[in-house]
Amino acid sequence: MAILEAEHICKSFGKTEVLKDISFSMEQGQALSIIGSSGSGKTTLLRCLNFLETPDAGVIRVNGETLFDGKTAKKKDRNIRKKRLHFGLVFQSFNLFPQYTAIENVMLAKELLARERPDYKEKKRQLREEIRAQAEGLLKQMGLSDRMGSYPHQLSGGQCQRVAIARTLALEPDILCFDEPTSALDPELTGEVLKVMRQLAQRDMTMVIVTHEMAFARDVSDQVIFMDGGVIVEQGTPEEVLNAPKEERTRQFLARFSDR
Amino acid sequence: MEVFWEQLPVVLNALNVGFIQTLKLFFVTLAGALPLGLVIAFGSMASFKPLSWLARIIVWVIRGTPLMIQLLIIYYFPGLVLKNPIWGSGESGRFVAASVAFIINYACYFSEIYRGGIQGVPVGQEEAGLALGMKRSQIFFKVKLLQMVKRIVPPMSNEVITLVKDTSLARIIALQEIIFAGQSFLTGSRGIRGVVWPLFFTAFYYLIWNGIVTVLLGWLEKKLSYFQ
Repeated sequence: MAILEAEHICKSFGKTEVLKDISFSMEQGQALSIIGSSGSGKTTLLRCLNFLETPDAGVIRVNGETLFDGKTAKKKDRNIRKKRLHFGLVFQSFNLFPQYTAIENVMLAKELLARERPDYKEKKRQLREEIRAQAEGLLKQMGLSDRMGSYPHQLSGGQCQRVAIARTLALEPDILCFDEPTSALDPELTGEVLKVMRQLAQRDMTMVIVTHEMAFARDVSDQVIFMDGGVIVEQGTPEEVLNAPKEERTRQFLARFSDR
Repeated sequence: MEVFWEQLPVVLNALNVGFIQTLKLFFVTLAGALPLGLVIAFGSMASFKPLSWLARIIVWVIRGTPLMIQLLIIYYFPGLVLKNPIWGSGESGRFVAASVAFIINYACYFSEIYRGGIQGVPVGQEEAGLALGMKRSQIFFKVKLLQMVKRIVPPMSNEVITLVKDTSLARIIALQEIIFAGQSFLTGSRGIRGVVWPLFFTAFYYLIWNGIVTVLLGWLEKKLSYFQ
């Protein structure tokens, strides 16, 4: 069964149609890359998956459970927080919380979530220790053992983005989304972020990656989607879409990349 | 010179009493205007248009007219025009009226500072919190509040220092604050008449109090400089 199914997603801002009938699905452990020029709707699609935007129509299912259905969706959804937790989102601009250290950034949301447990008061100390241990493990995995007590402004962009990835992983999302995670980084810092993403892909983390890193998309993806003007122009394996595109628009887009 | 040493304790005594009234007005204004400013700030940012227009019009009127006029209107209007002297008589009545005028005036200035602080926090902070499954209240208190406070402190310091000196405007409705006390030795008070130095001397009180305020707010600003 597919872990994620998106069917007929539509989204407009005012009169601008940003997403026009987007459908795709992916299996557990797959990496899906979404490519396309700016304004093609990639980011909006990710934001819809994370419920930062509400689609106008369409269905989103995770593990067979319908999280969103445009026909029955209400304006105020009380369960939206719970639904968001199926997805993690790594932003282009990191969006770390500046007043917290790296490890505090990773722990915060999980701690706040733990407070909602009925047994929080009795188990407070134990829970906090577990959360800290998990955060330490994640930062170590990101190669940041020595920067746990640093504040975001003391870290390089690449380090910030790795903290942001750890922060998202702390909540153990089913699907991890990346919104151009390396676009705000200097080229020499891009590599360290792509390296940890590669590791995640190898460990069969289910990932949706909006990216302009074509070589990376070719390497890690099981599936590639090329979007243009709010529609999926082409989708398939990286070989199909990136090496032997069928559509003229895909070819034009990729040609611009190989020129550089 | 001998006369001066005789006058000094009398004058200082009177100035101290006046300064206590000044400080009372200062603290009451802060206690009222800091929360009221937040209410006005949220009002002016409300998505309900009539509310935001109302808040913006109030801010425009209050910031667009002199505090001295506002003091006079608030103090005299109920009694002289409406024939309903709600403020009560004597010094306590004047104090209440002055407090109301100062609180409204300063709340409007504070509201604009708050608005800048609130809108200055990047949208990404809220979105990151939402994507991490946090409640909006948690995002406000755990993520945005401190960043707002950090943004607000420098412009707030400016406003608070101005408030220290603005309290002297309450003299216009004869509130017996420190300027009033200093001036009284010109017209005659406690056996001293035609002496001007006590009035000039009040400046030191403002200067010293503002020194203390500056140090405190500077300390707060420094405390918040651990993050950017």
